[in-house]
Amino acid sequence: MVAKKTPLYDEHIRLGGKIIDYAGWFLPVQYVGLIEEHEAVRNNAGIFDVSHMGEIAVKGEDAFDYLQYLLTNDLSKLTDNQVMYTFMCYPHGGVVDDLLVYKYNQEEYLLVVNAANIDKDFKWMIDNKKGYNIIIENLSEQIGEVALQGPKAQVILQKLTDFDLSELKFFYLKRDVNIAGVNTMISRTGYTGEDGFEIYAKGEDIVKVWKSILEAGEEYGLKPAGLGSRDTLRFEASLPLYGHEISEEVTPLEGGFKFFVKLNKVQDFIGKEALSRQWNEGLKRKLAGFEMIGRGIPREGYEIFKGDKKIGYVTTGYMSPTLKKNIGNALIDAEETELGNEIDIMIRNKPVKAKIIDKKFLKNK
Amino acid sequence: MKILKDLYYTKDHEWLRVEGDEAYIGLTDYAQDSLGDIVYVELPEVDDEFNKEDAFSAVESVKAASDVYMPVDGRIVEVNESLLDEPNLLNEDPYKNWIVKIEIADKSQLEELMTSDEYEQYLEEV
Repeated sequence: MVAKKTPLYDEHIRLGGKIIDYAGWFLPVQYVGLIEEHEAVRNNAGIFDVSHMGEIAVKGEDAFDYLQYLLTNDLSKLTDNQVMYTFMCYPHGGVVDDLLVYKYNQEEYLLVVNAANIDKDFKWMIDNKKGYNIIIENLSEQIGEVALQGPKAQVILQKLTDFDLSELKFFYLKRDVNIAGVNTMISRTGYTGEDGFEIYAKGEDIVKVWKSILEAGEEYGLKPAGLGSRDTLRFEASLPLYGHEISEEVTPLEGGFKFFVKLNKVQDFIGKEALSRQWNEGLKRKLAGFEMIGRGIPREGYEIFKGDKKIGYVTTGYMSPTLKKNIGNALIDAEETELGNEIDIMIRNKPVKAKIIDKKFLKNK
Repeated sequence: MKILKDLYYTKDHEWLRVEGDEAYIGLTDYAQDSLGDIVYVELPEVDDEFNKEDAFSAVESVKAASDVYMPVDGRIVEVNESLLDEPNLLNEDPYKNWIVKIEIADKSQLEELMTSDEYEQYLEEV
């Protein structure tokens, strides 16, 4: 299957983006340089095309009950116009997807899901609809999305709208915000560990939003940023990527994301029984952060040893552009996750020393 | 992309500059551009021997690790240690900043490599 183009494809070409096929979409892995884009987001601002993300609407009188059953987090704590991060799990506790729930009101929600999982998620949602009186609609093809991220995000976006952005708190949304003449929904959310906004508009309108923001941000050092820095930024900020820190085989508890799995939620939810059991029995393996002691960059999939015993593997690893250190996430035997514990990362068939550190990497900045 | 005239080239985008029975090996401009910011270089030891197409070094960008392959059979006689502290020298000038110097085991293997014209044509196809 030929990869699809987002509405911003021509913009990526114009800006010199290096295009790759990501989850069936032609998207830029970088424009000028990954590190430069990464630093722009940490120090000033960056803008990402995230139009490949999926949007699935859930509406109807049973929408709340249905989502409480479908998702691991507790939506009863969510007010109107609030956003929540959650997992959607299988009965065995593995993850179908991780996503954001946008609550418009008790009967109307928007789920923002990973591009690679849209079809799988939609089918899963339909298959588990049961007797709930709801409508599930896949809006992914119609909606474009950009993420404006970084400490200068607010001052840049404020130039383009009359809405007072300081009123929008972290993990809240606002609908019908006029950005550069385009009707958008914005939320104060992101995937970088920095302040910022995610901006949704009709596919055909998103180009105008993108161009206007790029122009408005020029004086603040805003740069277009690709998928490469999106991954290094989210990794440094300890945010999981589906298929790496969590997956069908790796539960949110193993990934260290118990905060988003409300085992004491009143309602039953898919995966609750298996996840409760896993928690009560104690985790056999866990995600931990590590830093290389020897020379070498850890990469996804590299095996990890303690002495002669294989104890797990690397889920994500990088030369961290912010910390200038070679660090990674390891999914390893739980008893090996103590801070300071020394482990061996197998790099090109050679063991290289590393030690366990707090996986909230940016805390040590 | 910059291609220098009197070098030999491989399909994996290494270059080789012959000096007598020895040769310098590095990455082409195309290779460094595809990799992006190079942040790590792993070097072999002096006296290590490799066959043609063996991985003798690895270069890594933020995004990914790539092996560097021997264009011909040979023994390492010198490694460019400045790359350990400044791996981005490979981005700055990929033809000046060689990775290793080798003693060529069999000079007839040079005929199997591409000339600059052939490499230029090859780049148009990839």
